[in-house]
Amino acid sequence: MDVVDQAVEALRAQMRDAIPAVESFRGETTVVVRREAIGQACRILRDDPSLSFNLLAALTAVDYWPEEPRFAVVYELYSIGHQAFLRLRAPLSGSGAEIPSIESIFPNANWHEREVFDMFGITFTGNSDLRRILMPFDWVGHPLRKDYPLGYEEVQFSFNHEEIDRRKPYARE
Amino acid sequence: MGVEQKLGNLGMVTSRLEEAVNWSRTRAMWPMLFGLACCAIEMMSAQAAEYDMSRFGMELMRPSPRQSDLMIVAGRVSRKMAPVLRRLYDQMPDPKWVIAMGDCASCGGVFNNYAIVQGVDEVVPVDVYVAGCPPRPEALIHGILTLHDKVRGEKIKDWA
Repeated sequence: MDVVDQAVEALRAQMRDAIPAVESFRGETTVVVRREAIGQACRILRDDPSLSFNLLAALTAVDYWPEEPRFAVVYELYSIGHQAFLRLRAPLSGSGAEIPSIESIFPNANWHEREVFDMFGITFTGNSDLRRILMPFDWVGHPLRKDYPLGYEEVQFSFNHEEIDRRKPYARE
Repeated sequence: MGVEQKLGNLGMVTSRLEEAVNWSRTRAMWPMLFGLACCAIEMMSAQAAEYDMSRFGMELMRPSPRQSDLMIVAGRVSRKMAPVLRRLYDQMPDPKWVIAMGDCASCGGVFNNYAIVQGVDEVVPVDVYVAGCPPRPEALIHGILTLHDKVRGEKIKDWA
């Protein structure tokens, strides 16, 4: 039994109610975790010496709009000792996109959570510094949401060059 | 003593002031690099041995706006970068010129979205646009020579 199966067993044994599903696709295992239990799951995976998933390799999110639950926050954990990956996925509804921060468990989650907050507008309760990280601080909206407009500008061709030229905001000296 | 014999009967050269000034401006136009993306690689290549922009008096690509005359915006400018670009432009002493290098700097290029400024001429006044994605060093050098032509045509009455 490899370390990923052991990890799934350990999670099932200690927090069965909080794990609705375990998915396996092309040799990659994903454990679906309820959002309130994400901290507990990370703590078990990190602190159990036979598992020791001690690196948060990635933390990101997916927007399944207009489906519900709309968001999924994805945690990619890596065990340096066992050289094994395990993915956690926490579904969130669109109306209350909130999840506990895991910054106290993996400190590098701070910036990852800031990025997810910036791009998706998911609030991480308990994050010590939840500001925007990529977009300007006065930016309105969260660009990686599926319902965010792309901001397409009309392209200047020879037939509409003059007309667009008139309303384009050129800089002055 | 001595120098007259070496130079021979040099005599006197006459010119107009604006021609002399414009000539000197074109011969030592120090660029401020503003490399933001892949265009910067071509800009480095134009500076390096094979194309050698120092033939045109551009010895130094310097990241110091207060000692430069020409800003070469090479690459896409994000909306977050735009205030920085404008601030560096404002720090450059007059006279100053801007080349928008490549499609992204000229008009947004393929990045027609919320994050990228659709043409750097929304932020700073651009003198020469160099097309290409990215433009080859020859194209950048052509853009610089086009700018030199423009500078040589400047009139003393417009400087005030």
